[in-house]
Amino acid sequence: MNTRGLGLVLLASFLWPLISWGQVSFDRILRADQEPQNWLTYSGTTLSHRHSLLNQINAANVKNLELQWIYQARSLEKFEATALVVDGVMYTVQAPNDVIALDAATGRVFWIFSHAPEPWTKPCCGHVNRGLAILGDTLFMATIDAHLIAIDAKNGRPLWDTTVADAKSGYALTLAPLVVKDKVIVGTAGGDYGIRGFIAAYDVHTGKEVWRFYTIPEPGGSSWGGDSWQEGGGPVWITGSYDPALNLSYWGTGNPSPDYDGDSRPGDNLYTDSVVALDPDTGKLKWYYQFTPHDEFDWDSTQVPVLADLEWPENDGHQKLRKVILWANRNGLFYVLDRTTGQFLLGKPFVKVNWTNGIDEQGRPMRVPGKIPSSEGTLIYPGNRGGTSWYSPSYSPRTGLFYVSTWDSYSSVFFKFPVKPGEDPRGGHRSLIPDDRLLPQHFRKDEEGYGAVRAIDPKTGETKWEFKMADVTDAGILTTASDLLFSGGRDGYFFALDARNGALLWKVAVGGVLASGPMTYAVRGKQYVAVAAGNCLFTFALR
Amino acid sequence: MRMWAVTVCTLVLAAGTLHAQETDLELGKGFFLARCAVCHGPDGNSVQGVDLGRGKFRRALSDDDMVQIIKTGIPNTAMPPIDISTRKAKYIVAYLRSMASSPATSGQGNTVRGKAVFEGKGGCLSCHRVKDKGSRVGPDLTDVGAIRRSFELERSLLEPNAEVLLENRFVRVVTGDGVAITGRLLNHDAFTVQLIDSKERLLSFQKSSLKEFAFLDESQMPSYRGKLSPEELADLISYLVSLKGIETQ
Repeated sequence: MNTRGLGLVLLASFLWPLISWGQVSFDRILRADQEPQNWLTYSGTTLSHRHSLLNQINAANVKNLELQWIYQARSLEKFEATALVVDGVMYTVQAPNDVIALDAATGRVFWIFSHAPEPWTKPCCGHVNRGLAILGDTLFMATIDAHLIAIDAKNGRPLWDTTVADAKSGYALTLAPLVVKDKVIVGTAGGDYGIRGFIAAYDVHTGKEVWRFYTIPEPGGSSWGGDSWQEGGGPVWITGSYDPALNLSYWGTGNPSPDYDGDSRPGDNLYTDSVVALDPDTGKLKWYYQFTPHDEFDWDSTQVPVLADLEWPENDGHQKLRKVILWANRNGLFYVLDRTTGQFLLGKPFVKVNWTNGIDEQGRPMRVPGKIPSSEGTLIYPGNRGGTSWYSPSYSPRTGLFYVSTWDSYSSVFFKFPVKPGEDPRGGHRSLIPDDRLLPQHFRKDEEGYGAVRAIDPKTGETKWEFKMADVTDAGILTTASDLLFSGGRDGYFFALDARNGALLWKVAVGGVLASGPMTYAVRGKQYVAVAAGNCLFTFALR
Repeated sequence: MRMWAVTVCTLVLAAGTLHAQETDLELGKGFFLARCAVCHGPDGNSVQGVDLGRGKFRRALSDDDMVQIIKTGIPNTAMPPIDISTRKAKYIVAYLRSMASSPATSGQGNTVRGKAVFEGKGGCLSCHRVKDKGSRVGPDLTDVGAIRRSFELERSLLEPNAEVLLENRFVRVVTGDGVAITGRLLNHDAFTVQLIDSKERLLSFQKSSLKEFAFLDESQMPSYRGKLSPEELADLISYLVSLKGIETQ
């Protein structure tokens, strides 16, 4: 952005509270990039670029970033939420389900709404929450005990509370909801407990369910053997995206169940480990693409769908602007899909992979024989946690690069134990890298798995540059119009890179694992960058 | 695996009160593999800081504690409640206790004589520490009998390179002014490294200031194969197994 652009952004930052305080219309959400002082939805915009037009902080002055305030969560759960900011007020979630409104400039608390989840909840991977949605003056929170709650953004009082699913059956909600028009859309976690996953839309005013799309079709069709579809998994625990021009909403689905022993569920196990394109008005499936048919490695495709428009070669060789989805998948491959039709365009490994020899012309992985779980154990790259996972990627229209947090040279040994008819399937995995880093120490060598921020050219799938860490990373990525990239990792650093070449420009040791996506906003002309690490939310700005 | 199954029939299980029959252990193994191994791994050591197969738990103390944790989970952690009967949970606990008490192949030794080997002929104190005696450069062995099985101790003594735990790795750094330092790795990240050196100094370096940073492939532990008699080896292992940590006042 040029100087004039910067001036417009800062002017808007000063004036916006005067001219639009209050209602967050859906039109504002659709044009969220035009008011970069705010952060109105989980990934910044419904296209999910996690890219901001703010540019006050730039490569020349980023070294002058200093701490502005810290919010210390009264929770020892992982702090995975991305905050929203609306006209100087920040809304975030203290795990598991406390909504907090803060002064975005000072961190002082306006109000807290606490939801006490039912004690029988049993999420697989922590009592976490990844954030909120907003429409009008109403916030929406999905809860760990599978409720969807509407909350008054001004006073923190609940407006309605809808039970989405039965938490006793293994369902949980951990994602930030997505608002599309007059509906709020959520998906269900619990794929490791044999749920039948679904995505559902609720009326924003009443909380009544409008439609429900099961990620496993009834009765399962040819892709599920017997009755295995009934407890087939297919969770949805990361926020989807929305293209208003196509009126399609895109969601990534999770693993089939049981996770590591697919013998009881023969077939491709649709629509697990897939992206599904849904009509947000009806929930009807428009198309799907399955990344990992018949998964036995727990490679959820619960990544944020990044919607971009790229020049792409046609059959006649000419370049044509094409609406695509960019997707670095947990299975270790980077994909480009046509988001109008679901057509497979490109698939290429972005980390070390040994389970597939690539993708055939139909977009199906060409499996390496023998690379399946076994009773003696099978070494698979990437490991159980994948080449990446739910960590928010970023796309910068300025650089044309897709940025993703990766785990490279990382493997797991997968087991599957013989069972007799009628017995529960048994399997598991073993890895040098723990699921959740519990100790603030790191002892591994690079060849045993390391983390890196990678910049991928989406037109070729080639890595343009990488920023290597010693430990792996659970952090999301933010890019800005000043070509800065913010991220971090389990090392406990929050850092800024040059988005053009990966050069380290600034870092700070925040001490805790970054398991959230950074975001940026402005208040009274001052740009802030915020990220949750450990049990705290840290906010930085120029001194 | 038959070895432990036969032996533990007559054992009072370490640190617990359950007396297990072979069939109980087989059942416990089955339940463990089906319900626990998905997260904890077949050997019970996939969760950092927890090593179920070696009796290393972050929270549980008694068998009843462990049964309770299996059934109710641990709030605010990734450990979920397991929908399983108390009887089956007890089988799992019995199996875990049996894993932790698997014996060495060198037989029963004498703890007192083993201590003498440790502090004398073995020269172990030159690298290791037990309570307030010995060097801090190598792993502290004050509670090694609580976290390592006897056959693993035997293997470490005879084949030190067979398994080196992540936290026992050694590194070599060369500082900007050319000083080479070898020490046990305490931590490292993208930018820094922390270690304890042969002078027991806690050192921290910026990686960018170092001329060299490398892991040492070979264990710093010498092999005692042929250096100790079978009796001395058995005595030494017995002594190590007896080291269960400091006593509570």
